[in-house]
Amino acid sequence: MKDMDDQIPRTLPIQSATFTNPINAEIRRAAATGIYDIRGGGAKRRVPHFDDLLFLGASVSRYPLEGYRERCDTSVTLGTRFAKKPIQLDIPVTIAGMSFGALSGPAKEALGRGASEAGTSTTTGDGGMTPEERGHSTKLVYQYLPSRYGMNPNDLRKADAIEIVIGQGAKPGGGGMLLGQKISDRVAEMRTLPKGIDQRSACRHPDWTGPDDLEIKILELREITDWQVPIYVKVGATRPYYDTALAVKAGADVVVMDGMQGGTAATQDVFIEHVGLPTLSCIRPAVQALQDLGVHREVQLIISGGIRTGADVAKAMALGADAVAIGTAALVALGDNDPKWETEYQQMGTTTGAYDDWHEGKDPAGITTQDPDLAARLNPVDAGRRLRNYLKVMTLEAQTIARACGHNHLHNLEPEDLCALTMEAAAMARVPLAGTTWYPGKEGF
Amino acid sequence: MQTYDLEANGLRGLNSALQAQSAATNQTSWEVVNPKGSHAIAVGLDAPIEVTVKGSTGYYCGGMNQQATVMVEGSVGPGVAENMMSGQVVVNGDASQYAGATGHGGLLVIKGNASSRCGISMKGINIVVHGNIGHMSAFMAQAGNLVVCGDAGDALGDSLYEARLFVRGSVKSLGADCIEKDMRPEHLEILKDLLDRAGCDAKPEEFKRYGSARQLYNFDVDNAAAY
Repeated sequence: MKDMDDQIPRTLPIQSATFTNPINAEIRRAAATGIYDIRGGGAKRRVPHFDDLLFLGASVSRYPLEGYRERCDTSVTLGTRFAKKPIQLDIPVTIAGMSFGALSGPAKEALGRGASEAGTSTTTGDGGMTPEERGHSTKLVYQYLPSRYGMNPNDLRKADAIEIVIGQGAKPGGGGMLLGQKISDRVAEMRTLPKGIDQRSACRHPDWTGPDDLEIKILELREITDWQVPIYVKVGATRPYYDTALAVKAGADVVVMDGMQGGTAATQDVFIEHVGLPTLSCIRPAVQALQDLGVHREVQLIISGGIRTGADVAKAMALGADAVAIGTAALVALGDNDPKWETEYQQMGTTTGAYDDWHEGKDPAGITTQDPDLAARLNPVDAGRRLRNYLKVMTLEAQTIARACGHNHLHNLEPEDLCALTMEAAAMARVPLAGTTWYPGKEGF
Repeated sequence: MQTYDLEANGLRGLNSALQAQSAATNQTSWEVVNPKGSHAIAVGLDAPIEVTVKGSTGYYCGGMNQQATVMVEGSVGPGVAENMMSGQVVVNGDASQYAGATGHGGLLVIKGNASSRCGISMKGINIVVHGNIGHMSAFMAQAGNLVVCGDAGDALGDSLYEARLFVRGSVKSLGADCIEKDMRPEHLEILKDLLDRAGCDAKPEEFKRYGSARQLYNFDVDNAAAY
C-alpha cells in the first residue's frame, strides 16, 4: 500500500493570490508591533504609467528632424501669468521639494549644484530655506507649507518662486512626521521645536481653508513679494480637473500636480499605496481644466510622480504638461539605493532598490539622514555632477523622441504622437489603443 | 503724518510705499483711511514705522510684520499678524480666526475678543487678548506666550508644544496633551510685562498657566486614542 501511496500525484502547494507572502508578513509584523508600517518613497504597486504609452514617430504623413543637426528646444518659462519675473529654465525637468531635515545638508547642496549646472530649479521643503541651498541653487522655489517651519519674509523674498503646498501625491490629505531621530540641533532650531521630538507637519494650512481663502492668501504673498515671483500651487492628484480649476481661479501662476508614485520622506505605507491617483491619470483632466478656462500654457502645468526617463518627460509633455518635477529619481542619481551599500542594506533587513526606511535616518548613502558621519559619505560636488549628468541625459532622450516625432521644441509634442498599450492607459491618457483609433470614453463610436 | 486713502489709491500703492521705508526714514507715521475691510493691508513691513488703520480690515492685516507698529481702529478679519516676526500689531476691536497664526515674534494685542484658532502653530510670538478666545486656540503652538484675560473655548492648546498659555477666566476644555501647570515667579514676571505692554490692568496672580504635558512628543501606539 505504501508503495502505491507514493505513486499518487500530489496537489502542489498553492500560494494565495489574496494572502500573499508579503501580505502575511505584514499581518505578522502588525500583530507583533501594534503599529502601521511607515516608510519613505512613493507607491510601489503596479499602476498604469508612462511605460504603457508609446510614441508613434514619423511616418509618411509626418517627417522627422535630423537627430544631430536640427535644433529641438527644451527651454521653458514658468510664471508668465502674473509674476514680474517668471522663471526661465533651460530644461523642463525641475527638482521637487525635499526638506533639509528629511535630507542631509550635503544632499540638499548636491541637488542645488546639479540642478543649477543643468539649468533648472530646485525646491525647498518643510523646514525652510538653508543658506547653503540658496547659495548653490541659481533658481530656488520656496515651499510655503502648512507647518510654516522656518517660514519668514526674508527668505520668501530671496526665492525665485513660491510653491504653496496643498498636498503631495504620496499622501494627498495627509501631513507628515519627521521622527525624533532625525531632529538634530540645527533642524530643531530651524523648526522652533525641541531636539529629539517627533515633528508633526500639519495636513492643512493654519490660516486659510478652501479656494476663496487661497485667493486671498495668494494676494498676501504677492503683496509681500511685490508681485515679483511666480506663485505655484501644488496638489496631490485626487480631483485633478477641479483642483486645477480652483488653483487657477485662486490666482496661481503654475499648477503642480503630483501623482501617487511621487515620494515622501515618511508616511504610512497604507496611505502611500491606497490614496491618490496614478500620475498618468491626472494629466489630461488637469490640462482639460486649463483649456476650459482658456489658460493652457498661460498657467503652466508641472507634473511629478514617478518620472524616471526622458521618455517619461516627453510623454508627460505630449499629454499637455509644460514641465515635470523629479524627486526620487534625483535621489537615486545622487546615490540613493546604490548597490555599493548592499552589505549595509542587508544588515538593516532590506536590499538595494528596496531601501525605504528613510525616516529612520540610517541611510548608508548619506542622503536621507542627519547623522553627521553618514552624511559625510556623500560628496556634494560629485553627487551634484551625477545629478547634472542624469538631467542632461533625460533631456537628450526627450529631444531624441521629439525630433523623431518631427518637433523642434519639446512643447510641440502632442497627444497625437502617442498610442497606448493597454485599455487602462488609453482611458487615462485619452490616446488610442495601439493599432486602433479608439480609446475608452471616446465619443463617436 | 502720511495719509493714504486706500479706496482711492489701491492696495499695491499702500504696501509698496510702506515696504519702501527703511530704518532711516523720517516718514515714520502713517494713517490709512477707508480700509473698508480690504485684505492684506500693511503686510510685509520691515521698518520701525507706525501705521494706523482707520477702520476695519479683512484677512491678514499686518501679515509677516517686522519692526513696524500697526494699529487697527476697528476689527480685523482672519489671520491678523500671521507669521509676524517682530514689531507690534494692536487691534482695538475683535479678531476673526487664526489671529497671530505661526507668528515667530513681536506682540499682538487684541482689545476685543479673538475667534477660533487664535495663536495656532505660534512659534515665538506674544499674544494678549483682552477678551475671550474661541475653540482650538494655540493648536500645535510651539513657542511664545498667549495671554487671555477672558475665557477660552474648547480644546485649548491641543497638541501643544512649548508655548505658554495664561488664562484669567474659564477654560471650556483642554485639548490633547495640554494641562494646567504651576505658576512660578518667572511666569508672573512674563505675564506682568506682557500685560503692561498690552495696556491691560489685569493682575498676573489672577491667571492660570497651561502648557504641554509632553506625553505626545514621540509617537506611541498606546497613545493612539489621544491623537
